[in-house]
Amino acid sequence: MRFLKRLWAWFDDITGTSSALGPPLMHPVPKARKSRWFYVLGSATLAAFLVQVVTGIALSSSYVTGSGQAYDSLRFISSVPLGRILRGMHYYGSTAMIILIGLHAIRVYLMAAYKYPRQVNWLSGVVLLLGTLLMAFTGQILRWDQGGFWTAVVAAEQAGRTPFIGNWLGHFILAGASPGGATLSRFFAAHVFFIPAVLFTFIAVHLYLVVHNGISEPPKAGQPVDPRTYKRWYHALMKREGVPFWPDAAWRDLFFGCLVVLAIFLLAVIVGPPEIGKPPDPTIIQASPRPDWYFLWYFALLALIPNWSETIVIVAVPLIFIIFLISLPLVAGKGERSPIRRPWSIVLVIFLVATIGYYWHQGMTAPWSPHMDAPPLPESVVGVSSGPIADGAKIFYDKGCEFCHLVSGYGGIRGPDLSDAGDRMTRAEMVTRIYSGAANMPSYSNNLKPDELNALLAFLQSRHRAYKYKISPPPIAQR
Amino acid sequence: MANTLSNSGSDSLLEPAATRQADPQDKKRRTFLTDIGLLAAGVAAAIVTVPAIAFLLGLRKSPTNWRSLGRVEDYKVGETVEVSFADPSPLPWSGVTAKTAAWLRRKDQQEFVAFSIYCTHLGCPVRWIATANLFMCPCHGGVFYADGSVASGPPLKPLVTYPVRVNQGLVEIQTSPVPITTG
Repeated sequence: MRFLKRLWAWFDDITGTSSALGPPLMHPVPKARKSRWFYVLGSATLAAFLVQVVTGIALSSSYVTGSGQAYDSLRFISSVPLGRILRGMHYYGSTAMIILIGLHAIRVYLMAAYKYPRQVNWLSGVVLLLGTLLMAFTGQILRWDQGGFWTAVVAAEQAGRTPFIGNWLGHFILAGASPGGATLSRFFAAHVFFIPAVLFTFIAVHLYLVVHNGISEPPKAGQPVDPRTYKRWYHALMKREGVPFWPDAAWRDLFFGCLVVLAIFLLAVIVGPPEIGKPPDPTIIQASPRPDWYFLWYFALLALIPNWSETIVIVAVPLIFIIFLISLPLVAGKGERSPIRRPWSIVLVIFLVATIGYYWHQGMTAPWSPHMDAPPLPESVVGVSSGPIADGAKIFYDKGCEFCHLVSGYGGIRGPDLSDAGDRMTRAEMVTRIYSGAANMPSYSNNLKPDELNALLAFLQSRHRAYKYKISPPPIAQR
Repeated sequence: MANTLSNSGSDSLLEPAATRQADPQDKKRRTFLTDIGLLAAGVAAAIVTVPAIAFLLGLRKSPTNWRSLGRVEDYKVGETVEVSFADPSPLPWSGVTAKTAAWLRRKDQQEFVAFSIYCTHLGCPVRWIATANLFMCPCHGGVFYADGSVASGPPLKPLVTYPVRVNQGLVEIQTSPVPITTG
């Protein structure tokens, strides 16, 4: 024991460890009585990030960065029990990181902790937020199954909408003329080296600034930030009622961080990592790429906005978001911090969360996607096994109508439910719609022979409300 | 022993060294050394970053070449089928991703047309539904008529076609970059 003490004294003397780490660890922080647990979100994000670093390094030791082998190497990793858990932890770690960094940003925004003198704290946090989103996106591509492959293509197509440089940018993302050998290496380099290097750097900046400027005190209404007096006032406050970060506040960070890590681990063990889809073979046309949950709402947004506005939204929405984040502390660097005195901040957060939540929910049901694997209507739905109505039901399936229109629970939900079409539309209205099509329905005027049209009409006219509720739902689960 | 060697309490070296700012000669020398130092750092940084960034930004030029899709007789007139062939510039480690696909239709005895599988909306793979005579995209429900023109849904541009020719009884398709729909 005595020896260890002397060893430490010697080591500390020649390294200056305690004089370097002591002050930052013991720096005074506000007591933050009621809101003290809100202050753990940033460190919990860091905890999730460290999970990503450790599991990511472990995964990369078996992952093969080759377009031809990555898929098989991931299947290998998933087939080993610990590999499966590590993949799961990496996935739920990213999930935790996205949720926590989002909550942390909302907390800081609502409490206006970005105001003087902490503007650069916020700006470095913006870099970390965007970097985290990029990590989530590139990580999905590294799964390099069919979903990962087509995500790279969709990313290139979206970048292609950028004015002037779109075509170049799209092919830059693919690292060539078409997605293939070079594409995966590009995303790997971004995910494993480039973006993490930026994250490490800015985490250091972020933490340094937290210590340099001190942790913001919980806001009080009627106590605006005045850059001329704030620092003096804050120092006095800390002298009066500050508590040492270690251990008074740090224990909460570590305790909550531990819960986060535990949750990540349990999800990985119990639920497991996302399934690896079909191989990344561009010639397998049977593909319905969907982003992972973090970008599902954006996928839905692009499907539901009017077609003409799409290019504007693809380019402008991310741009406006970034400009807002950057200009916020520069424009609103002083004044009231309390959310009660900044009601618009509450409105904005509710609007943002509600919008993302709405589109997220839409993305899960994907009502705009045709159900191209819907089975033909069974006789129990059609009602007869031969004759024009049965012929019409077959045409309804063959011509792709059923991919988008629901009949008694079968088919897609992009177009109107036609279970009771016979009650709602006249024969003439049906002909007009079938011939002229609509914004989201092709015209079938050159696509149906007269007898086919007659059979189809006979089928549609036989659809009555009575059917809609009598028939039990289809045996297959709807996507 | 350790304590006698260290200036415990104030062992920071972060206070600036004393300089003789008053001496103009000294000041000039330091300005010169500053410039030299920054220049050296800049040159070193450029030597490292310029080739690295140029390598990253440089895109391999993809050659356009004709790839055989088999004999003309293998295709029935009026039928649209999926064909697969090697992409413009496959790399040795590309594996399955070296392949690319197209929808090929034999229009008559000699004439073929090939449609890109990439939806012009956001690049998802379109499927040919033979019974419906339509191309359909599973992502956002874009639909194209048999001639590739937009039938409905979000796409604004028709499906891209690839050049196809018949050469000595063989159908050949010209490789092309992935079509990027620009704004």
